[in-house]
Amino acid sequence: MTGFLAWAALALMLSLLLGLIRVLRGPSAADRLMAAQLLGTTGVGLLLLLAPVLGSAALIDVALVLALLAVVAVAALTGREVPGGQDLD
Amino acid sequence: MDGPALILLDGLLILVLLGLAWATLESRDPRRGVVLFIAFGLVLALVWARLAAPDVALAEAAIGAGLSGALLLAALRDEPKPEPGPEPEPATPAKRRLPGLTSWALGLLCLGLGLVVAWAFVDALAGAGPERLAGQVLARIGESGVSNPVTAVLLNFRGYDTLLELAVLLAALLGILALGPERGGYAPAGPVLAGLAGWLIPGLIITGGYLLWVGAHAPGGAFQAGAILAAAAVIRRLTGDRAAGLPRGLALRVLSLAGVAVFLGVGLALLVAGRPFLGFPPAWAGTLILVIESAATLAIGAILALAFIGGRPAAWDNPRQGRALNPTRVHNHP
Amino acid sequence: MIAGALIAAGILFYLAGSIGLLRLPDIYCRLHALTKADNLGLGLLVAGLVLLTDDLAVALKLVLIWLLVLAASAAGAHLIAGQARRGEDP
Repeated sequence: MTGFLAWAALALMLSLLLGLIRVLRGPSAADRLMAAQLLGTTGVGLLLLLAPVLGSAALIDVALVLALLAVVAVAALTGREVPGGQDLD
Repeated sequence: MDGPALILLDGLLILVLLGLAWATLESRDPRRGVVLFIAFGLVLALVWARLAAPDVALAEAAIGAGLSGALLLAALRDEPKPEPGPEPEPATPAKRRLPGLTSWALGLLCLGLGLVVAWAFVDALAGAGPERLAGQVLARIGESGVSNPVTAVLLNFRGYDTLLELAVLLAALLGILALGPERGGYAPAGPVLAGLAGWLIPGLIITGGYLLWVGAHAPGGAFQAGAILAAAAVIRRLTGDRAAGLPRGLALRVLSLAGVAVFLGVGLALLVAGRPFLGFPPAWAGTLILVIESAATLAIGAILALAFIGGRPAAWDNPRQGRALNPTRVHNHP
Repeated sequence: MIAGALIAAGILFYLAGSIGLLRLPDIYCRLHALTKADNLGLGLLVAGLVLLTDDLAVALKLVLIWLLVLAASAAGAHLIAGQARRGEDP
């Protein structure tokens, strides 16, 4: 079974490559952000597949952390900034 | 021997890693560079996972893929806009070419470093078994108080290095505070972001606590947990809370110092008790490590959050200022 | 095996998502492609992996990750679309 999972991981890696093309090309920032989010989800899938292949259950924790932090990154990149700092006396 | 699928995967990972690094550096648009850097961090986390280093993969996923992007973006904020009016004399051209000599010197330096790394790699592959560091660590892990060898090395066998790393973080905090007042805030969150923060922030805090606890016997630990707590503070600030959920005044200062203070305190207490500095007695080692890691987690989270805030927050000096906007006020659009 | 079929189906949806991201003409169309990968791709993948594991804690963790990604990428897609709609070019 791990042989099949390894090929599945390779297929996901190819999917990641396709997403990377969109990150590189754009043309708008939203395109890049969407591609980055897809990369995050693909990475989660890759890690979940690699966990049984490499025999490391900890990779599932890595997938969990990646899923959480990916959305933090997207939220930071789409934040509506209010200019200016605080007035200190 | 790894199967063909894994070998192909490794090859693709290497190519993508190098390609992304190049693309990130040569990108003219800084915000495009930030997104590419986040992608780079993600692929690097995959590489760590593939190299059977889950602790580092955890740290890379939390810090490299998530927090670094937010930090870089915060650094890009409030760039001074060029003043309208007659163009001043440009002192240097916009893209300055390096003099030839410097380029050659840098190139030679990189080549030298590459050769040293290659030599170290070959030497490690050919090294004898029992002399390898991992073997020595695993032989004595029973005395370390934890069963995760990475934590044993970080917090016990090489605890002094970790203490100094925490001190470096503290020094970085002093630098950040010296940058001036905090950067601008964010608009109060709309319903989507507010709803997201409602479950994401508790989820991040719980995950941070889980990683701290599990670090004793499985991949995890203080740095990863601290980075996740900082991510929770980042989300909080993105919803409009200027204080990012951090405490104010004296409590904030104590929190930032906690990592170094507790680590140093434990070391000195051991000295007073007649043991070497940071020489944990094996019976107490597990508990002491947990205490130190808990303090370090909170301190790392606070310092990284302050790094995102990007300057001296209003809450640092005056406990009354920096009061949070109501972050969960939902703006109902007609 | 069923697990293998589920995982293969999941991979197909991931690939469909990436291809859609590349080929569809417009930001908002591409968002559709994105969410298919997140929901169905990861969901089928997780379903297959759950069948393969005999550890209940691991199975629960896998399902938790899927639910988390569902909620997170829905919010993320909304935030991205909102920013695009406002016409900001950050």
